[in-house]
Amino acid sequence: MSVILESRQLRKTFGAVTAAADINVSIEADTVVGLIGSNGAGKTTFLNMVTGYLKPSSGSIRFDGRDITALGPRQITRLGICRSFQIPQLFDTLSVSDNLLVGVGIVASAGKNWANAASTQGTPSDAVETMLERFGLQPYREMAAGTLPEGVRKLLDIAMAMVVRPRILLLDEPTSGVSAEEKFTLMDLVMDAVRAQKVTVLFVEHDMEVVTRYTHRVLAFSEGRIIADGEPTTVLNDAEVRKYIIGETFHAKRRGGHAQA
Amino acid sequence: MKRERTVVILTIVLAAMLVFAPFLPNWTMFLFTVALCYGIVVLGMMLLIRTGLVSFGHGLYYCLGAYAAGTLEPLFGITELAVMLGSAVAICAGVSAILALLLRRYRDIFFAMLSLAFSMILYGLLVKTSSLGSTDGFNVTVKTMLGVHIAGTAYERYLIFAVTALIAWVCAVLIHRYLNSHRGRLAEAIRDNELRVEYMGASVANTIHLNYVMSAILAGLGGALMAVSVGHIDPEMAYWTTSGEFVFISILSGTGSVLAPFLGATIFESIRSFAYEYSPNTWQMALGAAMLLVIMFLPGGLWSLFRRSGRSAM
Amino acid sequence: MTQLVAVLIDGLIYSSWLFIMAIGLTLIYGVMKILNIAHGSLFALGAYTAASLAGYWFEQGYPAMGSYAVMLVSAVLVGIIAGPLLERGLLRFMYGRDEIVLVLVTYATFLILEDFIKLVWGVDPYFLYQPYGLLGSFDIADLTYPNYNLLLLAIAVAIGAVLAWALTRTRQGKILIAVIHDREMAASQGVNVSRVYFVTFTLGAMLGALGGALTAPMISVQPGIGAETIVLAFAVVVIGGLGSLPGAALAALLVGIVRAATVHFRPELDLFSIYFVMAAVLIVRPKGLFSTQEARKI
Repeated sequence: MSVILESRQLRKTFGAVTAAADINVSIEADTVVGLIGSNGAGKTTFLNMVTGYLKPSSGSIRFDGRDITALGPRQITRLGICRSFQIPQLFDTLSVSDNLLVGVGIVASAGKNWANAASTQGTPSDAVETMLERFGLQPYREMAAGTLPEGVRKLLDIAMAMVVRPRILLLDEPTSGVSAEEKFTLMDLVMDAVRAQKVTVLFVEHDMEVVTRYTHRVLAFSEGRIIADGEPTTVLNDAEVRKYIIGETFHAKRRGGHAQA
Repeated sequence: MKRERTVVILTIVLAAMLVFAPFLPNWTMFLFTVALCYGIVVLGMMLLIRTGLVSFGHGLYYCLGAYAAGTLEPLFGITELAVMLGSAVAICAGVSAILALLLRRYRDIFFAMLSLAFSMILYGLLVKTSSLGSTDGFNVTVKTMLGVHIAGTAYERYLIFAVTALIAWVCAVLIHRYLNSHRGRLAEAIRDNELRVEYMGASVANTIHLNYVMSAILAGLGGALMAVSVGHIDPEMAYWTTSGEFVFISILSGTGSVLAPFLGATIFESIRSFAYEYSPNTWQMALGAAMLLVIMFLPGGLWSLFRRSGRSAM
Repeated sequence: MTQLVAVLIDGLIYSSWLFIMAIGLTLIYGVMKILNIAHGSLFALGAYTAASLAGYWFEQGYPAMGSYAVMLVSAVLVGIIAGPLLERGLLRFMYGRDEIVLVLVTYATFLILEDFIKLVWGVDPYFLYQPYGLLGSFDIADLTYPNYNLLLLAIAVAIGAVLAWALTRTRQGKILIAVIHDREMAASQGVNVSRVYFVTFTLGAMLGALGGALTAPMISVQPGIGAETIVLAFAVVVIGGLGSLPGAALAALLVGIVRAATVHFRPELDLFSIYFVMAAVLIVRPKGLFSTQEARKI
């Protein structure tokens, strides 16, 4: 399998606080990778550096063999790295289909300048339809995004990342704020869409059930470092991971599990 | 379908105006001409407002366009309408393209106030320029239209009206097309959530820049046409209260359709011409009250357009 | 040399005037996040009221020195009538809406008040020249200045000092700072935000009217003075950083000196210079001299 994303000695400090320290990761294409860790462990910082929201203090990030360390969000998106947000970032006054149409339009007007545009098929409205269907958003088509229930906002947020033809999708806590009953439905829809577009996925998640069920590989963060890296079952059974991360989220999981039963 | 309907309506209105205008009394035709000029300016305001930006200084381009057209005669002896309008467009495009480099970094109140500052700079300069008549301004004359002599002829007024209506039609159709294009649609997306626009791969700064220049060109055209119709220009065109009038008409009109600015401008001009006659000291009061009513009771229609998504601000 | 002294003195006087105008505006913005265009109308109301009441005072032949008290009373009157009327009757229904919407609301209010003034006072100018000359004058480097200018300077300094003292040393002031800093947090700590707004707006209105009352003896009081003044006050407040009191002071000083220098050396650039300073400051400090940039969290 080929490496699509690679970080070398990646470091981010805010004053005296080190949010990420010497992160060396290689992500293979077409895998699903989970990022776990307690709050402030550096997961979202890592994600923000990859998508250009934060500039690393030192180190480098390569995507598909190209150095993207110095690029901003827009250029990175155009190369094929897209993201969703923990708090959905939508166009609240626009309808759900227009939210997607904005993205389709951006890809269409960029033409050859869009790295992954070749995978686009059909007219703009076809592209919107496909995405509405994949994410089960047809019933909400004409509703203003600002009026949607939270679970649907999360879905639309991810659909908006998918509609701009990513090669890597980064999800920031896709199931946070989603009820226990809905979370697997949501993740199933996302994973089906991801498979349909052949996208590599990195996602930050606190819910260990979701992590175990959907990932091929897990990176465990603690205090800005990666303390474990490997198959989900191996990582989740790692003594250090249990001590620093699971111990903390275990109760949350129990509560979630209970509600599901 | 709906897109074409707007163009059809615009065309019907244009045709009706061109056909019936010769039978209207002079003052009515003049009122419509002025309303069309204002409508063109407000069309540009609408483009900015859809992008989430309210300018309290669009009088800058309105005045600049008027002076760009009007000074051609004293400077070069040019009195050809096409050249005058071309000059207005070129100068407004140039100035706005430069100012946008700065203004596109600002939002909300800061955008409004910085725009206001630029318009007041022009006002301050013109007031002190005695060669251009200082606060009194000067008269503007058009002698030829595409080479044909029109000054002093019986159809002069009608021709100027017709040209204004035609230009208004062209602007409205073009802006309508633009708003329904991929690029035009970004305006509302930017108003709602800039961060997301960048994360979908489009440039917020470039889009604002483009929309700002377009709106400046429209304001300049409106100003130049107004100069030609009224035959007189003065620095008051750049004063902040003139910009305030444009803001007022924009709020009254709403930003839902390219027809709205023209409707709003016509209502505004009609009220103004009657109020000037019958109650010159209370008409602003009526305007203010109307504006408050629109803001308070039509929040869904006009206002949702201004409201940036509160949720995404976290 | 004489010119330099003149620039300095003119600048200081003009700064004082600008500061009195801007302080109420920036206070209201700082606390309520309302950029109040109607501040210009309050200025005009203050000027008209002072011109009428003090004019009457002189007509009746009352002691001339008393006219200063009458001017002060005019400002207070306008403040305690117009302030509560606007805040309770209109603005409180708009809280929580976009800042730019609030600007439009106050713009509408401005339009209404402009005509209200014309209805009450008509369109002919009023003159209240007496208080300007009453205090005698002073000479400095061959230049003669009416002492009224010193009064202006003293009042500006006094307002600045009292506000600075009140904000840092009194309980009410600390509450105000808390509201400026974080409205929700202050409310959750039991601060009556509604009352703070009421008091702030009334105080701000009074300061605007005071600016007008103090200006009345120096100008002809006529329609349009509100529109002229508000844009100057805006420039000062935006340069200083919206809502910052020390910012307003520094900006007033900066604009005052620059304008005095322009008037002396390049009079044709008079009005231009003020907005030029504003544009220049915003280019370097996009949110004004005294401001803090907040980052957005995603």
